[in-house]
Amino acid sequence: MLPAPHLFPMGDQALIIEFGDRVDPVLSARIAMLAQRLRESLPIGVLDIVPAYSTLALHYDPAAVGSGTSPYEALAEIIGNWLQTQSAETSAAGRLVEIPVCYGGTFGEDLEALAILRNLSVEQVIAIHSGTDYHVHMLGFVPGFAYLGGLDARLATPRRDSPRPRVPAGSVGIGGEQTGVYPLDTPGGWQIIGRTPLQLFTPDASPPSLLNAGDVVRFVPISAQEFESQSKAAQ
Amino acid sequence: MTLMVLKPGMLSTVQDRGRYGFQHLGVPVSGAMDFFSHRIANILAGNGADEATLEITLRGPRLRFDADALIALCGADLSPSINGAPVPEGKAVRVRAGAVLEFGESIAGCRTYLAVHGGFDVPVVMGSRSTYDTAHIGGLQGRALRQADVLPTGVAKSSPYPGLARELAGSKRNFSFPKWAVNQHIEKLGRSPQLVRILAGRHWDAFPAAARDVLTSAVFRIAADSNRMGCRLDGPGIVASGPLEILSEAVTFGTIQVTPSGQPIVLMADRQTVGGYPKIAEVASVDLHLLAQLRPGDKLRFELVSLAQAQALWLKREQEIITIREAVEKHLNE
Repeated sequence: MLPAPHLFPMGDQALIIEFGDRVDPVLSARIAMLAQRLRESLPIGVLDIVPAYSTLALHYDPAAVGSGTSPYEALAEIIGNWLQTQSAETSAAGRLVEIPVCYGGTFGEDLEALAILRNLSVEQVIAIHSGTDYHVHMLGFVPGFAYLGGLDARLATPRRDSPRPRVPAGSVGIGGEQTGVYPLDTPGGWQIIGRTPLQLFTPDASPPSLLNAGDVVRFVPISAQEFESQSKAAQ
Repeated sequence: MTLMVLKPGMLSTVQDRGRYGFQHLGVPVSGAMDFFSHRIANILAGNGADEATLEITLRGPRLRFDADALIALCGADLSPSINGAPVPEGKAVRVRAGAVLEFGESIAGCRTYLAVHGGFDVPVVMGSRSTYDTAHIGGLQGRALRQADVLPTGVAKSSPYPGLARELAGSKRNFSFPKWAVNQHIEKLGRSPQLVRILAGRHWDAFPAAARDVLTSAVFRIAADSNRMGCRLDGPGIVASGPLEILSEAVTFGTIQVTPSGQPIVLMADRQTVGGYPKIAEVASVDLHLLAQLRPGDKLRFELVSLAQAQALWLKREQEIITIREAVEKHLNE
């Protein structure tokens, strides 16, 4: 059973529903499910619904929410009532998304150094990284970037001393206790161990992001040859 | 109709009210920094819906019109002129084909908005024309204007202000404008220190009383590395009593984050969708346009208001905009 949610204003055009104060895949899976349900029956005036580790934020237009009482009070009442109608089931089966990754070589320049640092063989690093299912807690940082939970402690490695000015889109990295995929070419300090030929963010696609909060991610090792053919197919 | 970009200016981007509905996928809202001036410019230019405008920053562009156009400028005073003659802000302006709009010294404020009747015709990406430069989304090819760009405008659905067109046809000048103006948007620019109202944030109580007093009494300055993502503030540090364990969660336009070094940062239009720094306060939406108009080095101070006050002020502002729209619409057929 999860604790009762608390509502807080975030400025005069957003509110935050707090469900807890910890990183917990069960908690964020439930929040992602509630976000999806709320999006399907969007209350009037709500512009955005943003799930995170332990909270769900609603951005709204005060003038559209309704008059009478204050816009915040009006929306908080609607949301409070709606939350009470939601069953207490804690998780829906997350969608499984397989992400092919070509590990090492020019696609993962830090793989060998990371293996040495962690006292593992390169093969072991790949086996551990691709043998774990990761939970998408939330998206953010840049469009399409998923905050993944579940990295095996044996692979946790500090960020590089100096960030790279440009990490190519699709790069798969490890930074501290986190792993993830860079959706865009950006500067980055994570240890890069591989690259996926999939495009994680496509502005013109619907939906534009490959991943959504609540999904389960599994990395599947592929060869450089497979990378080339899949990356041509993705274009 | 198109605008030829003879000079791009410091940072000129196409913006509308912003890209909503995709923040859960990590897509920033973007949109006009001073959405009040953006909306007034659109109203003056006879644009019904939320058409895209050009957000012009400090040093403006040089733009040539290839056909007669109806425009409006609102926001900062960046000394706009057409073929050398000063052009007024806060007015509908009819411009002759071939005329060149340019900007000079920045007198007051930071950003001005150029609306063209019919809007700017750039592709709608995820429901918005706003430019998000970092990820090359929206706007003209996902970026700020460059020299030799051609900026297309939308097809005009009506011919507002026929009198201005007649006046221009009968004169040798390069533009015409009416006697009336809308100037509410510039009333408060140039105050120093600028007064910006705030609401207590999620982690207000996690800061000691002394730190909260600093936030609500000290004079801050806009730091030089401020941009469309955020206004960094120079001034006394806002010191937390200890390290705050914050789980990343949503932030909003006007969220005041405090970095571990104690520097407050006000998140602006191109902010990331989530953040992990403590949120001491949020700027009241009704004052965000004032913040958007501050330049690096400009002074400001904060005053705490309640949520009820902030929302009442916002609803009053919305009413003022409706009043302005209705007043302008009476002139559209003149």
